[in-house]
Amino acid sequence: MNESLHALSGAYVVDALDDAERAVFEQHLPTCLDCQREVASLREATALMADDATLTPPPALRDSVLAGIKSIRPLAPETGPATARAEPAAAEPAADETAPDGAKVLQLRPRRRRVATLVAAAAAVVAVGVGTVYQPWQDDSTTTQLSAADQVLAASDAQRQSIEFDDGSSATVVRSLKEKGAVLLTRDMAAPPDGKAFEIWLQDDTGTMVPAGMMKRAGDHKVLLEGDERVVTKATGVGITVEPESGSEEPTTEPIALFELGKARA
Amino acid sequence: MKPVSADSPDSPPGGAEHAASSQEELATLLKLSGRGDEAAFARLYDATAARAYGLAVRVVRDPSQAEEVAQEAFLELWRTASRFDSSKGSAVSWILTLVHRKSVDRVRSAEASTRRDTTYHQGSQGVDHDSTAEAAQASMEARRVRQAMDSLTHVQREALELAYFKGYTHTEVATMLDLPVGTAKTRIRDGLIRLRDTMGVGQ
Repeated sequence: MNESLHALSGAYVVDALDDAERAVFEQHLPTCLDCQREVASLREATALMADDATLTPPPALRDSVLAGIKSIRPLAPETGPATARAEPAAAEPAADETAPDGAKVLQLRPRRRRVATLVAAAAAVVAVGVGTVYQPWQDDSTTTQLSAADQVLAASDAQRQSIEFDDGSSATVVRSLKEKGAVLLTRDMAAPPDGKAFEIWLQDDTGTMVPAGMMKRAGDHKVLLEGDERVVTKATGVGITVEPESGSEEPTTEPIALFELGKARA
Repeated sequence: MKPVSADSPDSPPGGAEHAASSQEELATLLKLSGRGDEAAFARLYDATAARAYGLAVRVVRDPSQAEEVAQEAFLELWRTASRFDSSKGSAVSWILTLVHRKSVDRVRSAEASTRRDTTYHQGSQGVDHDSTAEAAQASMEARRVRQAMDSLTHVQREALELAYFKGYTHTEVATMLDLPVGTAKTRIRDGLIRLRDTMGVGQ
């Protein structure tokens, strides 16, 4: 049992971890029976707290829920080996915006309409394979394996650099020399201008900016940076610029964000 | 609500029977929902919507946003019902975990866009919970929970409530309560363990 991770169980259960901590804990959880038991038992306790908040919902909610399910096919049950992935909280943030199999979320109000365009955009991101897109209830066979990005996030030597922007969005670069990888996490990122995308750069040890991936939509991203091991482990910084959607070979605009990475070991 | 199975255990008179039998019932309804049984899902909704919506209102505060969050959560619940495993926890905690996660995601993304103007305040705004939490007032169970909450230390209770009902991260909670960084998560965990043990759940 890993004591420092185990100590996160309570905060995890009440959703009080930030994204990076949550990712780390959710990687740990399937491997630790003690944590699974504790999380399950503490969830029962939090459910009791909710008893105190009971409030009769408006009748319209019932109608829209029951109308909504008619167009949604329930997922097939899991048939593989039993694992800890039948965890309600395995859903990632922004899950509702990337519903993978066409599950529709009925829009109650026009303000939420942007979700529809995000779903399309998210699908595009998956198609070009730029990075891992959050999915609710990961239900494919890869779930039990750590993605390369998650291995970096969970690495014991992971170094983090975060930037908060004026609009409240934030971005974090996590690098692990052990895993020879780096990951960019974004939260609430604004959409790039029309016809443009965000391009990510690794600054190598000669100061050259090397393309490391693209982000074409707004919102939350978890992107494993591209580039060979040597560039990734020796990079001195990570930058983000606005570029044409097809990407550029070198930055053509001033960076909107720059991360300085700690001294890389030779 | 009618019992789902004819052989549901006889309940002792008094407060606990409702919780015990309905847990089993809800698990059954959830399982049926996973097979596409819309009527079962409607009954599941009727049995849990007040808790789900109430929790969403508590966290996001704005009733219309809470309604959206609850709707998203129930649709997700329907889609993923087959993944529920009653050996790993109760149906209610499964449902409320989903609702809570969606509520917290909502307040965090809303907060991200207005962070500069935000001041942390704990006074009531929007919905007055004391006057609207009608069903809770009558509930024995809720009273027991409140007593159990009262048995926590002041800091445990505050940390737990700020995190669970207001959606703050443990780091934010530490700042708000002037706790050293990294200790709020311990208070939250200690508080939940105590609540669990006092209430005798999740054993």
